[in-house]
Amino acid sequence: MSDTHAEPTRLAEAVVRFCGDSGDGMQLAGGQFADTSAIYGNDFATFPDFPAEIRAPRGTTFGVSGFQIHFSDHDIFTPGDAVQTLVAMNPAGFKTNIDDVESGGTVIVDEDEFTSTGLTKCGYPKDYNPLDDDAVIQKYRIIKVPISRLTRESLATSDLGAKAIDRCRNMYALGIVYWLYDRPLEPTIRFLERTFSERKKQPEIADLNIRALKAGYYFGETAELWQQRHRVVAAPQQAGTYRRISGNEAVVLGFVTAAHKAGKSLTYASYPITPASDIIHGLSRLKQFGVRTFQAEDEIAAVCAAIGASFAGDIGVTGTSGPGLALKGEALGLAVMMELPLVVVDVQRAGPSTGMPTKTEQADLFQAMYGRSGESPCIVLAPCTPSDCFTMAIEAVRLATAHMCPVILLSDAYIANGAEPWRVPDLGDIPSIDVQHPAADENANEFHPYDRINENLARPWAIPGTPGLEHRLGGLEKQAVTGSVSYDPDNHDAMLKLRADKVQRAAKSIPPVEVYGDQSGEMLVLGWGGTYGSLRTAVDQLRACGASVSLAHLRYLHPFPSNLGDVLKRFERVVVPEINLGQLSRVIRAEFLFDAVPINSARGRPLGVEMLVEEIAAIMNSGEVLA
Amino acid sequence: MPLPTYTPKDFATDQDVRWCPGCGDYAVLTAVRKALPKLGHRREDYVFVSGIGCAARFPYYMNTYGLHTIHGRSLAVATGIKLANPELQICVVSGDGDLFSIGGNHTIHAMRRNVDLTVLLLNNRIYGLTKGQYSPTSEQGKVTKSSPMGSPDFPVNPIALAVASGCTLIARTIDVDMKHFDAVYVRAMEHKGTSFVEVYQDCNIFNHKAWFYASQKESKFDATVVVEHGKPLIFGKDRDKGIRLRNGSPEVVTIGHGVSEADLLVHDETDRTLAFVYSQMAHPEFPEPIGVLYAETGKPTYDELVHEQIHAAREQRKGTEAEALQQLLHGAETWTVEQ
Repeated sequence: MSDTHAEPTRLAEAVVRFCGDSGDGMQLAGGQFADTSAIYGNDFATFPDFPAEIRAPRGTTFGVSGFQIHFSDHDIFTPGDAVQTLVAMNPAGFKTNIDDVESGGTVIVDEDEFTSTGLTKCGYPKDYNPLDDDAVIQKYRIIKVPISRLTRESLATSDLGAKAIDRCRNMYALGIVYWLYDRPLEPTIRFLERTFSERKKQPEIADLNIRALKAGYYFGETAELWQQRHRVVAAPQQAGTYRRISGNEAVVLGFVTAAHKAGKSLTYASYPITPASDIIHGLSRLKQFGVRTFQAEDEIAAVCAAIGASFAGDIGVTGTSGPGLALKGEALGLAVMMELPLVVVDVQRAGPSTGMPTKTEQADLFQAMYGRSGESPCIVLAPCTPSDCFTMAIEAVRLATAHMCPVILLSDAYIANGAEPWRVPDLGDIPSIDVQHPAADENANEFHPYDRINENLARPWAIPGTPGLEHRLGGLEKQAVTGSVSYDPDNHDAMLKLRADKVQRAAKSIPPVEVYGDQSGEMLVLGWGGTYGSLRTAVDQLRACGASVSLAHLRYLHPFPSNLGDVLKRFERVVVPEINLGQLSRVIRAEFLFDAVPINSARGRPLGVEMLVEEIAAIMNSGEVLA
Repeated sequence: MPLPTYTPKDFATDQDVRWCPGCGDYAVLTAVRKALPKLGHRREDYVFVSGIGCAARFPYYMNTYGLHTIHGRSLAVATGIKLANPELQICVVSGDGDLFSIGGNHTIHAMRRNVDLTVLLLNNRIYGLTKGQYSPTSEQGKVTKSSPMGSPDFPVNPIALAVASGCTLIARTIDVDMKHFDAVYVRAMEHKGTSFVEVYQDCNIFNHKAWFYASQKESKFDATVVVEHGKPLIFGKDRDKGIRLRNGSPEVVTIGHGVSEADLLVHDETDRTLAFVYSQMAHPEFPEPIGVLYAETGKPTYDELVHEQIHAAREQRKGTEAEALQQLLHGAETWTVEQ
């Protein structure tokens, strides 16, 4: 008999995953676990994984929604490869998630759902129950809890219907896991009160959920099903005020902050698309900051409206995901030609075409860099973590206004939905964005919209309503300085080079790429965007084994940081892991004539650390190292 | 500040106007430059926006702010301009291909949103800039380079589409009728909400005389009927013909012979159903209505509604923008790590 009242064993880190039907409240349970861990002081990273169907038929594998959280007493960078504790609310969740659980891991199941109907619905053979399968029982510690029944019993005194009671199953399950990992209940109780009692004016629902949460917790305490509880203590963190933030939330805050710092209004025009929609959801609630959001009739209208807003003097921003960026391509070329500031955030998802809309990928790099007619250079940036989305959204606005050109911000589904702790910045510490508009000049004979006075070659941003600066912009090639339409061959050649040069000059104001680890050596891992966490963790593991491996992670992709060529030369080999079939690696080869070795895996998920470690080690040991 | 006294010359640019000699666009350009001084806005507050097509070169020839954008997207761009600055006076100049083929979607949505802008459709029923293919307003059976056996497409009805899309001012005029154009254009620019003006415009290279029935002296009095609010629909060289409604459908009648003026349909520009009736009146069965066919006042504009929400949200904001933003960065739930 175990002693559940013994002091919990201390773990450095743990990975917990909740899974069940979409509609079972798995995202909510997982999000609460993350918040509680955050408030408790752990470092954490989350990975929500949901189906493309809003509500697939109940109990089928298509409808499984999952939420993974990795929490620790030290710095971590990924939501983790292997799951230590899985909560499966039904057989479909069990079936689709069990392979990710480490050998010896704990699996808590709602055994009430493992009926013959439930089992066959998700495709298990007739008369088979994995909970009775010796191979399963040998490999995992299966904890069968009649969650449905216990939830109903513990809430039996409620007047609310069976449906409302059944909806509390997620809180019951969460309570069990809270007990198992020695987490406090208070943050979730506060959340439920805030959400249901205060905001939705449904105190009885709050009460029901709180009772289910506590019942689950006390079940853990009394049921004596566990040999041991665990505790992951707080991670040492820099002093300050923290919150949990997802990438999409950070993009929203970044844009509104950038507009504030520029002393401008923000116009965000967009068409709903997964996984970018949360950005318009977030910004549409920020009208008190002068934010105008425009839900356009299509992606093209969205980018065009953003261009119109920029012309009129706003910070024009549009957001989308891969297929939407394809539709915006022509208008982006127009913004290149008009030389108007424009920010496009592309939350990449698995493609091509509709692809896997709820899954992550980083395969829009080529599209961002080259996906327009003609020579049409844009600045391309990529945040590397959820909280970095805040910084890079501000950078996008800064660069677009400083250089008068479109900036594409390549986020991805993983960092957009994933969350981590974020030290809330002091607004006063964020530098202002210096935006200049030429002043009224009533006596001007003619205003020259393409007269470049800045050393960065940006043209003046004169806005309608300013007397004396009336001018016309268009998509036709223009004569340097005057901006008049010009078909002169030499002028066109010069203008193409000038626009390209203008974008290149942005490199002067972007930070050099930093090398993590040794500044020179055998192997450099070169990455970009949302894979940072996996790459950093893999590099740490390899370095811990004594390998000479360093990491350079790019957040500026066009132009590249000016020191990138020098950095590459300091290493014998460079590997470029990406969630695509080799896009950055080709750009590196083309730009630097450097034999960058691609590592590619596009499974709709973040790169696995274990896979990275193995592949990088294999390349290092392959004997192909250049002398 | 008093408004400067403008002349049409103040709205001309140094750009050479490069339409084909005899193009109907010249007349429209002249008429627009003449109309603007009457409108009571400063030159710097005008923005002319266009897409692609012959008509789309229009902004280059207007000494105001202007954007020559991409094919079909002028209304989307104009909506963005108006969102950012509702004070600007926006005129979108576009062709039948731009507004009803590639930009059909944006036309519907700008109209149903009631964005405060004026749309000038220079309708020549042909693709001019791409040298003579049939357009969405070309008649069925039209023989062109891309329809050697006649176009199988049935044409779009611009007025019916505007009615159906909820457009709040709908008018029709003719390129060569400068006086009529002027009255309709001034009315459209002064209207709060989306104004849509269909201009019968001649492309003398690829579709010459397409509208001659409506524009030439010898035929126009029988082929068109000028509508004026509160007045009966009378037409014909001798003003002896009229339009009567029978069971909701229009009917051409001759005054006299048992039909008096009192029996005729009286134009009510606030009647949307009537506007749809007008959209169905087509030559040669009917005279085509010219003038302000429909005008709805009091419907809030899109830009107005958006800015009212912004204003209301700002009123409710606690503290300065910086204080509120700092609060926003903190979010609902924070935790503090002590040193």
